Amino acid sequence: MRIFWAVLSRDLRLSMRHGADTLAALLFFMVTASLFPLAIGPAPDTLGRIAPGIVWVCALLAALLPLDRLFGADLEDGSLDLLMLSGLPPFGIAAAKAMSHWIVTGVPLLLAAGPVAIMLRMPEDGIPALLLGLLLGSPLLSLFGTMGASIVLGARRGGVLLPLLVLPLVTPVLIFGAAAADAAAGGFSPHPHLMLLAAMLAAALPLCPLAAGAGLRGAVE
Amino acid sequence: MLTAEDVAVFRGERLIFRDFSFTAPSGGALVLAGPNGSGKSTLLRMLAGLIRPAAGRVLWNGEDALDDLAAHGQRVAYLGHQDAVKPGLTVVENIRFAASVSGRSVTTALAAVGLEALADLPARMLSAGQKRRLALSRLVLSGAPLWLLDEPTLGLDTASIARFGVLLATHRAGGGIVVAATHVPLPLPDATEFRLN
Repeated sequence: MRIFWAVLSRDLRLSMRHGADTLAALLFFMVTASLFPLAIGPAPDTLGRIAPGIVWVCALLAALLPLDRLFGADLEDGSLDLLMLSGLPPFGIAAAKAMSHWIVTGVPLLLAAGPVAIMLRMPEDGIPALLLGLLLGSPLLSLFGTMGASIVLGARRGGVLLPLLVLPLVTPVLIFGAAAADAAAGGFSPHPHLMLLAAMLAAALPLCPLAAGAGLRGAVE
Repeated sequence: MLTAEDVAVFRGERLIFRDFSFTAPSGGALVLAGPNGSGKSTLLRMLAGLIRPAAGRVLWNGEDALDDLAAHGQRVAYLGHQDAVKPGLTVVENIRFAASVSGRSVTTALAAVGLEALADLPARMLSAGQKRRLALSRLVLSGAPLWLLDEPTLGLDTASIARFGVLLATHRAGGGIVVAATHVPLPLPDATEFRLN
């Protein structure tokens, strides 16, 4: 467990030092979300209706951005070998990486999602459900993303392969996350959707790091 | 004691070596020589548990070492081709992870490779040889009994090689084992030499 925290704090320190890379995902999220009113027109009815979908799709794409370098930099400079020999099993390393991805990318997206939703004129009743959905959904994006990143590690053109691998896996997250916010905005209960998201998170928490660990073993071989 | 029994390793479809056996006692040293591409690095990675042998066994004190890879990882200090130095971090921060795994002092490790004066410098300012020395300081930090070194003296000047010789001697005097792949003579007195072709 001590090594787990050491891996996590090492990753967080690296993200702090490369602040521009870290902020890129957040800025991408805010910029793409602000393109929609320009393209669709500022009519509050239309915008408010599709706002949950916009926030979710933009958050999902923004969360994909840093995945390419999640293990890539460590593989290239030999750090991954040292991580694998640190005495922490590969799934522990993957879990620490997923957690650092969530802290560095997921949490800022979560904080920015509220203001962006308000900017898009989303009905106020829907915003708590949107944020709750993102709270459950953003760790899922990190977990599936870590799994995808470790599997394409070492493959040529892995950066191209990664979204193709991860996006289909996270569609259920997108569907139920956006549906929860939609339901709440329309005056229905978001609970069933949020419960399904929570169930997915409960399943992904142990399984994704295991799969990612196997991918890491394969990558250093 | 480190023993390899009839190990064979494949890389993809290609057989790198087979029927390779050796024994290195506590305090022993093994030098792997051979032309480029003869499998020295592969052998070291196999001994570290990063690559699985296709046949044969690796034993540590008589027990299968590759059974529990996480535990084996803690016995091993591996120095690869690359220095695993992050240019954005300072010299101290680069080895802080290794220090927090083993719980040893960063300052002694840096002093052992003569980098204590540069501790707070960003690693991107280091020369190639200084980066190599920083990577060597991780060996000291790890406290692991088995050192696996891939061309450890690459880029080092004469004084640094002499200092590295002291580190190797201290490690072996404490019962540690060294397995090194190299093309140049290393400061490893009475090491067994293995030739791969």
